[in-house]
Amino acid sequence: MNLTLKIWRQAGPQAPGEMKTYQVDDVSEDMSFLEMLDVLNEQLNAGGEEPVAFDSDCREGICGNCSLMINGEAHGPEVTTTCQLHMRSFADGDTITIEPWRADAFPVIRDLVTDRSAFDRIIQSGGYISANTGSAPEANSVPVPRDDATKAFNFATCIGCGACVAACPNGSASLFMGAKITQLGLLPQGQPERWSRVVDMVGQHDAEGFGGCTNIGECATACPKEIPLDVISQLNKDLRTAIKHGH
Amino acid sequence: MAVTRPTLVKGSQGTRSTIALKITMAASGTIFIGFVLLHMYGNLKAFGGQDSFNEYAEHLRELGEPMLPHAGALWVIRLVLIVSLVVHVWAAATLWKRAKSARSTQYVGRKRHTALSSNTMRWGGITILVFLVWHLLNFTIGKINPSTGDTGDAAGDPYSLMVDTFDLWWMTLIYLVAMVALGLHLHHGTWSALQTLGFTGTAKSRTRAKAAGWVVAIVVAGGFSLVPLATLVGIIE
Repeated sequence: MNLTLKIWRQAGPQAPGEMKTYQVDDVSEDMSFLEMLDVLNEQLNAGGEEPVAFDSDCREGICGNCSLMINGEAHGPEVTTTCQLHMRSFADGDTITIEPWRADAFPVIRDLVTDRSAFDRIIQSGGYISANTGSAPEANSVPVPRDDATKAFNFATCIGCGACVAACPNGSASLFMGAKITQLGLLPQGQPERWSRVVDMVGQHDAEGFGGCTNIGECATACPKEIPLDVISQLNKDLRTAIKHGH
Repeated sequence: MAVTRPTLVKGSQGTRSTIALKITMAASGTIFIGFVLLHMYGNLKAFGGQDSFNEYAEHLRELGEPMLPHAGALWVIRLVLIVSLVVHVWAAATLWKRAKSARSTQYVGRKRHTALSSNTMRWGGITILVFLVWHLLNFTIGKINPSTGDTGDAAGDPYSLMVDTFDLWWMTLIYLVAMVALGLHLHHGTWSALQTLGFTGTAKSRTRAKAAGWVVAIVVAGGFSLVPLATLVGIIE
């Protein structure tokens, strides 16, 4: 298949950017979206032009490194990550618009690469549990109901890719925070720091410049791991309870 | 890189967060839902005739007498509503401004997957606010009778003022447009308030909250629309 690509090019964090148009021919429909971009970059290299910078790592949908706003949708038209999106989801002759995540909390470093360290700082501010080091405790000493364990695991599948922020009209990271808050809140190990956790994470989120949630639901639609809006309800409930506890 | 990135924040307070702002919006919005339901019920008294409607209006002022002064209870309600309105609009404006600065560079193309009511909350809210100014001028502050041009006591008793207003097709149209805006606002607002207050932690409760949004929107917007429509077609005269 032959494609026309409109890609955001930006030389550096402070440089002005613009959309540039490229032609890529003979793309196999079995290629992943990133492999298609690899083909484009080989073409650009051969022509002496700077290749397009984009994030990727595991290329199997579990690391959360790849991003890309494809035709106005985070990770493109399928419910998956960009690396697991295949060219068969597009048609021969298509024009595809590719942009970086747009959020002031995720500044563009170059082309399609953004700095998502704001997420690391949100996790650092409260998305953890404190446990003593040393020999591991007896595994069955803290029982966890099966349903809670399953739910916690499902919310722990968040890979921190930032699609929720990219898709949100308000640039809010509520789904990301909610996933971690709900996961740890379901487990006994998450209880001791529960109320300070939510306040510190939300405080960091606000300081990073993310917007407020308006419960529109674009985030849950964009999430490659299908994290539901339930977690934002839990996030709100935990913050409300934390205020009651004087945090 | 010259850009300074925020470091770890110390001493965060729950009450100073964006979620606290959302909670105040949800709480004040819930007060408004209660108010419009009662207001709509009162309006339906118009179907009982002139005396029934005017007596209801007068009774609102006598509520709580003699323990409260004349119109005392009414003023308590008004104060709660005024405070709620200020809080609701202030929180909305703060969050709107914040959302704008959270994405200063817009996407070239963007696909929406959301409901009309969700996407019209802010401009729809402004529409309702503008309507509210006229509505108060029309029936409460000043009492402007758009048919006769009279104001104040000369505008007539509550029932005749209402009939004179809705006999004009364009007045009825303005009120109906406002009810569409209110219905859309309540459709998303009801669900959103329940979500913000943390009552929708499962798929089932989320479906119920969205259904509640439909019920509140249809009952309130529909109930309010009955009186102007009935007046225009001559059922109420």
